[in-house]
Amino acid sequence: MLHTFVAYVEDLPGVLTRVASLFRRLNININSLTVGRSERPGLSRLTLVCEASGEAGHRIRASLFKLENVVDVDDIAQAPSVTRELALIKVAATPQTRGHIFDLVEVFRARIVDLTSESLMIEMTGVESKIEGLIEVLREDEGRILEICRSGKMTMRRGHHTSGVLRAMGTVTEVEQSANATEDNAAAKLK
Amino acid sequence: MGTKTNATTASDQNAHLTTPTRLTGAEILWATLVGEGVTDVFGYPGGAILPVYDALRKFPIHHILVRHEQGAAHMADGFARASGKVGVCLATSGPGATNLVTGIATAMLDSIPMVCITGNVSSKVLGTDAFQEVDITGITLPVTKHNFLVSRTEDVAKAVREAFQIAKSGRPGPVLVDITKDAQQGTAIFDFEAAKPKPYRPHPMLSVEDSGLAQAAELIRSAKRPVILAGHGVIESQAMEQIQTLAERAQIPIALTLLGLGGFPASHALNLGMMGMHGEAWVNHAIQEADLLIACGMRFDDRVTGTTATYALKAKKIHIEVDPAEINKNIKVDVALIGDLRQVLEQLLPRVGGRDGSAWIKAIEASKGAVSVHDIKNLPDSGHLYAAHVMHDLWRITGGNAIVATDVGQHQMWEAQYFHHEHPRTLVTSGGLGTMGYALPAAIGAKVACKDKEVWVIAGDGGFQMTAAELATIVQEKLKINIAIINNGYLGMVRQWQEFFYESNYEATPLVSPDFVKLADAHGIPGRAVRTRAEVEAAVQEARSSNGAFLLNFMVEKEDSVYPMIPAGSALHEMIRRPDSDPLEERADDK
Repeated sequence: MLHTFVAYVEDLPGVLTRVASLFRRLNININSLTVGRSERPGLSRLTLVCEASGEAGHRIRASLFKLENVVDVDDIAQAPSVTRELALIKVAATPQTRGHIFDLVEVFRARIVDLTSESLMIEMTGVESKIEGLIEVLREDEGRILEICRSGKMTMRRGHHTSGVLRAMGTVTEVEQSANATEDNAAAKLK
Repeated sequence: MGTKTNATTASDQNAHLTTPTRLTGAEILWATLVGEGVTDVFGYPGGAILPVYDALRKFPIHHILVRHEQGAAHMADGFARASGKVGVCLATSGPGATNLVTGIATAMLDSIPMVCITGNVSSKVLGTDAFQEVDITGITLPVTKHNFLVSRTEDVAKAVREAFQIAKSGRPGPVLVDITKDAQQGTAIFDFEAAKPKPYRPHPMLSVEDSGLAQAAELIRSAKRPVILAGHGVIESQAMEQIQTLAERAQIPIALTLLGLGGFPASHALNLGMMGMHGEAWVNHAIQEADLLIACGMRFDDRVTGTTATYALKAKKIHIEVDPAEINKNIKVDVALIGDLRQVLEQLLPRVGGRDGSAWIKAIEASKGAVSVHDIKNLPDSGHLYAAHVMHDLWRITGGNAIVATDVGQHQMWEAQYFHHEHPRTLVTSGGLGTMGYALPAAIGAKVACKDKEVWVIAGDGGFQMTAAELATIVQEKLKINIAIINNGYLGMVRQWQEFFYESNYEATPLVSPDFVKLADAHGIPGRAVRTRAEVEAAVQEARSSNGAFLLNFMVEKEDSVYPMIPAGSALHEMIRRPDSDPLEERADDK
């Protein structure tokens, strides 16, 4: 089955290797992986999607937690959540053929973000199936798609959900305040 | 050797621990090690770690020069296993660092707390394939609990202190700290207190729920045929007393894993002995017949379970384990109590009452049958020397009080069967990785940690040759270590597998060895060969009473096998038993 893990990891060199290496060792292919800054200073948030047996979820989550740089891991499983993906699609289009693509973009609620006399670039955000749908339609004309760049999935649970680990770390403001306090202390010490 | 020309008084030496002082990165490393309570470090110098070696004379730490970095890692590992403290090893960049890897993996597989320090090239040339540069944090990533690449002097103390905390917390393991040469050479303010790591974060999935404890207690109360399976966790979490209380109060027999040996006294009436591939038949039979298994600090390794498809199908299972990733990994369990074994048992014990276990204990006793009659140690002396005789006599003569470091293979299993360990940390052996060459260096580490203890190396003729160079380390350090080589002229365990599963095609297992007594002699270590059972006792006593190290070369039966044996991937009850008749015919060339 498809597993989606959302993790908070320390923003340090090599952390991504440690996470990826765990899946490599289990011979599990990572379908998609997105990483970026989170609401907490010093912590990155990642969404990792992979195909593994149903029982593997517990062990993967437990093993991820064993990595010293991994702060929190959520196995989304069937929990209510919002998943989005961003795609940039470059297609060949002349002034004569643009009109048709503009219509498609309208229907799929995508956007044109770059336009030249030979090509244009479509930006689209949505669930995987919607992006696949647009790509499929664009493929109906052979040779039209020049490049596809997809971000991979980003997932967030619905509702006011916070994991026990993050709760224990305090709210974002608390964390920021304590970080500032530590810096102030350090600065005071130096003086 | 080891004389500290610039040695200062103890208070001066430790002043930097209380007063922030400007030091070089190399000095900070040693000062941090001193602060962490380190007394001995096993290492080998080289270009990228030279600043560290240059600073050593200023610090009250004894450095043991090894002959190969693998030895340094095994010594740190043996030091940790024998003492319960964190072992420390030191190596240079490149080949020095890669030579540590087998030793680090050995410690990782057996959850041994260890800190490995490596030097690396200067941060400016990292990643340029500079001379003796290797990506050791990359290489050791899967075989360490964690590792650090330190390229700034001001990060040295923090990384090292964190390494110690990680190494000994939760499920212990090795941690590597790679320090670039410029970080060793630069200076920074050393503030031991300020470098103290944040409190260790316990694994967030630890969970010991009231309902789980109640369920476990009820399973124990109602069980008719319970068995406790005790592993290395008993020793690592120091739960010896708690596990004994549980066993005695509820009258439950205990089977031990290889690494669990010593965690529960061998002489105890409820001790069944070692389980698994080379466990006695009745032990594995009891597990297969059990209606409740209480697994304590063990991980249902394949050498313990045989095929999981038929493992203990009649039993409910309670798993008490500190690592959440081990729960339901190999064997599905009914109740998981995920936490430190000692703490969990302390929570569980008040709920466990007295039980009458006599019927089940009698049934197990009856299932032993005539096994002891066929036991080689009880057979009349045929003039042949069997490894079992050596193990049995070593145990008898040392009163079971020695620390034994074994290598890997047949002798390791014979040791586990015939040397009965009463106390924890008296067996130092590579269980998970099964590292040949482990015994000699591990014994050196154990002896350095426990100078007043009698220490024996038991190694096969194959494994001994893998790290035999460390004989010189024993001499240089003037260590009193007794060495028993179980010499059968074969890579014995592999030969046994060839005999059982490859139609006795002894490909690449017959082994020509040097005369080990002469090899020892070349190092200035006395020794002698032992060829008959009658000679064993006097030889062992001679070794024990010799002032320095002593080597005994036991020329044992060549094609003896370890019985019983569960073929890999077979069920626990599908054992190859010790043949009823005298298993070995007399042959002219036997001696």
